[in-house]
Amino acid sequence: MVQNIIDVRNLSKSFDISSKEPGLKGTIKHFFKRQTKSLKVIKDISFEIKEGEIVGFLGANGAGKTTILKMLCGLIYPSEGSILVSGYLPFRRKENFLKNITLIMGQKQQLIWDLPPIESFYLNASIYDLDKFEAKKRIKKLSEMLEIDEELFIPVRKLSLGQRMKSELLAALMHEPNILFLDEPTLGLDINAQRNLRKFLQKYNNETNATICLTSHYMKDITSLCKRVICVHEGAISYDGKLDLLLKKLSPVKEILIVCRSEEDAIKLENSGFTVKNKIKNEITLKIENNSITSSLKTILNNFDIEDLFINEPPIDEVIGKVLIKKDYDI
Amino acid sequence: MIFNLFNRKIFTLLKVQYSNMLEYRVEIALWAISGIIPFFMLNIWTNNNLNESINISDVMLSRYFLCAFFVRQFSVVWVVFSFEEDSLMGKVSPYLIQPLNPFFRYFAQHLAEQITRFPFALIIAFFFFIFNPESIWIPNLGILLLSIVSTFLSFLIQFLIQSIVACLCFWTEKASSIERMLFIPTLFLSGLLAPVVSFPEYVKSWIYLTPFPYLIDFPANLLSGNETNISRGLSMQIIWIFLLFPLFKKIWIEGTKKYTAMGS
Repeated sequence: MVQNIIDVRNLSKSFDISSKEPGLKGTIKHFFKRQTKSLKVIKDISFEIKEGEIVGFLGANGAGKTTILKMLCGLIYPSEGSILVSGYLPFRRKENFLKNITLIMGQKQQLIWDLPPIESFYLNASIYDLDKFEAKKRIKKLSEMLEIDEELFIPVRKLSLGQRMKSELLAALMHEPNILFLDEPTLGLDINAQRNLRKFLQKYNNETNATICLTSHYMKDITSLCKRVICVHEGAISYDGKLDLLLKKLSPVKEILIVCRSEEDAIKLENSGFTVKNKIKNEITLKIENNSITSSLKTILNNFDIEDLFINEPPIDEVIGKVLIKKDYDI
Repeated sequence: MIFNLFNRKIFTLLKVQYSNMLEYRVEIALWAISGIIPFFMLNIWTNNNLNESINISDVMLSRYFLCAFFVRQFSVVWVVFSFEEDSLMGKVSPYLIQPLNPFFRYFAQHLAEQITRFPFALIIAFFFFIFNPESIWIPNLGILLLSIVSTFLSFLIQFLIQSIVACLCFWTEKASSIERMLFIPTLFLSGLLAPVVSFPEYVKSWIYLTPFPYLIDFPANLLSGNETNISRGLSMQIIWIFLLFPLFKKIWIEGTKKYTAMGS
């Protein structure tokens, strides 16, 4: 049986936020009497993640996804509740725990800006107690997987965003962590770079059985990597389960465009009891529920003279967009 | 073995930071030149014959200020500014989840800069001796070694003081403004503007209880051959390090609990 590697119970996090009214009056007031309030950004959440799982955290901006990742990796201290990651309390930041994890933030970098990435790699190797031979071996292996070579010897400031991101990944994975926290790792990358990164992460997961917690606003990252998603809405979990179940729930109907041999056939089909979205000459679009697709298509093909048909999936971004604004999904 | 591993981390950090510093060699040369306050002070002292009041000859005074310049070059600390910026920009976050305290990075950065500064400081000293040939002297090896040790201890004290202030970033965000409050006593009581011996007796007795005279005055007096109590100076430096280190550790542990990973 696969073990839980992350166990979160009744976790909450509050931040003290100070607010200021606009203008000079507000500035003076803010100077003498600062208004601060405690804002609960994570509200009593619980979940477990199994070893080797890739889990996507979905939510609108400010929903609390990144705060959850920061607590899981020990960067910030929880206000209430408990977190166990690989048997450790993350915020204690014990050396063995830190050697087991990595955090990659799309907007933040750990590479030394004015030096080639290779210098940062060797520095990381010594920080993680890797000897030079082992470090060389891992750099070679990871650079092959990431398809970077000459870039390793060019100062970071002269690299493109994609090359930099690959180098960041290499630096973050040199110590072969078995838990990866990825906060929008494909942010700002072009389509090819995004695809390569996804391919790499999948390969890394397959080869090392690493657990990956991922947040991304690019739905392709989520759909191609994560079987399970945790949706966060205003600091609370609105859905935790399989991605395909969520998609089925959110879009229970498929649209099917049918091209009939003649307009008469299209009229016959229009009056046959199916839900029609629209009809233009011999082309008719039907809305059919997911669970009756097979039987409905059988009926149509047996009883009508059909030239062609297309099944249209609703755009994934549109479907997931619904999750971001809804509080609860009971599936 | 643990010591070796630890050494390897520090050595690699130093190597990398030194390469990084060499990228900024022009800036470092300018920083070295900007540290010539002691020479201005020497000019003020000698032009106004102020040294007569404290029974120090012109030659010994010029040696003192040259040594003050050297000690300052190798003990200047700016960790509060670096840490504040990194903390506000969220750059500390990746370092916080590595198995090495981020302050070791700043420590290595400072040491690497000191190594980079060294040739520039020597050039400045060379020109100083051209204009003040009577000040040329060769300290004996024992004194030179003790001066190097005490300059390093001075650097450690300043690094710990600033690191403690830097950790206040976890509470106030603008810790550098608190550092400004320390700048005034550091400037006046450290011996940068005037040797501490020039202060009235009752003030001196208080000053020697603070860490400030051990930052520049003591190592500069030691190196220049002026009269100084070596055992008291070194002991006080070590005592201050032993007092400041646990305080830093405590404030670091409490501070990281407050960290909000801003800017990321």
